Amino acid sequence: MSFSAVAVPLARCPAVPLDVARIREDFPILRQRIRGKPLVYLDNAATSQKPQVVIDAVTRFYAAENANIHRGVHYLSERATVAYDEAREKVARFLNAHSSREIIFTRGTTEGINLVAQTYGRTHLKPGDDIVITAMEHHSNIVPWQLVCEQTGATLRAAPISDQGELDVDAFERLLGDRTRLVALVHVSNALGTINPIKRLVALAHARGIPVLVDGAQAAPHLQVDVQNLDCDFFAFSGHKIFGPTGVGVLYGREALLERMPPYQGGGDMIATVTLQRSTWAPLPAKFEAGTPMIAQVLGLGAALDYVSKLGLDAIAAWEQDLLGYATERVSQIKGIRVIGTARDKASVLGFVLEGVHPHDIGTVLDDAGIAIRAGHHCAQPVMERFGVSGTARASFAFYNTRAEIDVLADGLMTVKKMFA
Amino acid sequence: MASLSGLYQDLILDHNRAPQNFRRMEDANRRVEGINPLCGDRLTVWLRMEDGVIKDAAFQGSGCAISKASASLMTSAVKGKTRQEAEALFERFRRLVTGSMEQAEAESLGKLAAFSGISEFPIRVKCASLSWHALKAALSEPDTVVSTE
Repeated sequence: MSFSAVAVPLARCPAVPLDVARIREDFPILRQRIRGKPLVYLDNAATSQKPQVVIDAVTRFYAAENANIHRGVHYLSERATVAYDEAREKVARFLNAHSSREIIFTRGTTEGINLVAQTYGRTHLKPGDDIVITAMEHHSNIVPWQLVCEQTGATLRAAPISDQGELDVDAFERLLGDRTRLVALVHVSNALGTINPIKRLVALAHARGIPVLVDGAQAAPHLQVDVQNLDCDFFAFSGHKIFGPTGVGVLYGREALLERMPPYQGGGDMIATVTLQRSTWAPLPAKFEAGTPMIAQVLGLGAALDYVSKLGLDAIAAWEQDLLGYATERVSQIKGIRVIGTARDKASVLGFVLEGVHPHDIGTVLDDAGIAIRAGHHCAQPVMERFGVSGTARASFAFYNTRAEIDVLADGLMTVKKMFA
Repeated sequence: MASLSGLYQDLILDHNRAPQNFRRMEDANRRVEGINPLCGDRLTVWLRMEDGVIKDAAFQGSGCAISKASASLMTSAVKGKTRQEAEALFERFRRLVTGSMEQAEAESLGKLAAFSGISEFPIRVKCASLSWHALKAALSEPDTVVSTE
């Protein structure tokens, strides 16, 4: 090694390439065979696999550390409380939140969005007000707003998307009016892979004094997220999509907004004082975490964020961009395939249809070859309608996937074609 | 072990490529829409009933190979049957696709026996059953929407 190479400042070094063969050893599930063939797991947008360190964190909690938090004065309870609070600090650092008081643990992205709809939404919306979303939202960023609109008399408006699956930013801006009380939009589309220009969209909304919620379920595992840089007011993501356990998610909320919002659920842990007549609320973040939380899952999520941070999101993104490019090229070469979602800025999702073959048949035939993909509407029926299809087949990638697995996918698709020709 | 060739038997692939009774029926007196919320697939089943007998049956819609072939074979199988006979066939088909039927009895179902392999793929049973649920609803309750859920 030359001296000058050593002298390069660390921060300016390109992302260290991933040693994927090594990384795969961290994921016990990837060693198994499905129907006699090596598992090719390409359904990461639905849920991701768990590294051993996450499994160990959950197991260790139940085997040696289990106790309730914020309650006992005994040793185990104190330790569990410290570990739980440490996990919150990890999340705050991961998102670059201003403070860990802005980090609320939820059951997942869906609950985070429902929390904002039922607290912020319910107290701020009146008949004649509106909420702006986009036409590429997952059902979890549509239905909670429909519910709160029904409850308050507000109207839900959706900004259109192009044939490539990109948001029409001009149309989005035109939808922002005097009565718009909230913008809720997806960072990375689960069905199309489109990465929305969140920072720019937030600036457009903030110029009119409108707060913005970001559905980050598909963004957090693939992109470096910095909530202060994005300047968003709420950001929700799920633990299980970022290599952590199911049943835990995160809602980031700007402290000033969270302070003014009423509690979501009532119960233990979220109060300051309770009398039979009235109660007062605990300070943030406890105000939004009623009842015993998902302690083991939170610890598992902390381990997952440590794991991902150690690999580095820049390195992860670079590897996944290579996979996405290669997969798009291989799959597009197959005659009869049409890729759904061809935005310039995309992450990790390849949705497609094959002429004359239903996505579920594609899914079943690929499964026989050990390949796991998702087939159907991906909880994004309005997106399917926009593209005139009843559903798509979707391969979605994580950092442990390889080009060799994409070759297996392409071969599998040729089998599908032969079978249904 | 679940076998792909047991699921996608040639008869099923043929009926997927060229489904029978795949048309809109103008003189139908029963019409039911079936929805599979799992995949968002929809199909419409039309019947023309006369004196308690199915004189004609047809379907249209989007669906996978299994649901299309099933609707194709179902509409052919029930033509000329009384309501009671069609309902009895629905019950036998249900037992076939859920794997609670002996081989010998399955074979007595004729072409419908092609769906015997589906019991190994529990998630796809709904695909095969969608048109049958629509049929059952059409027999008892004209003009409704049924769901496989």
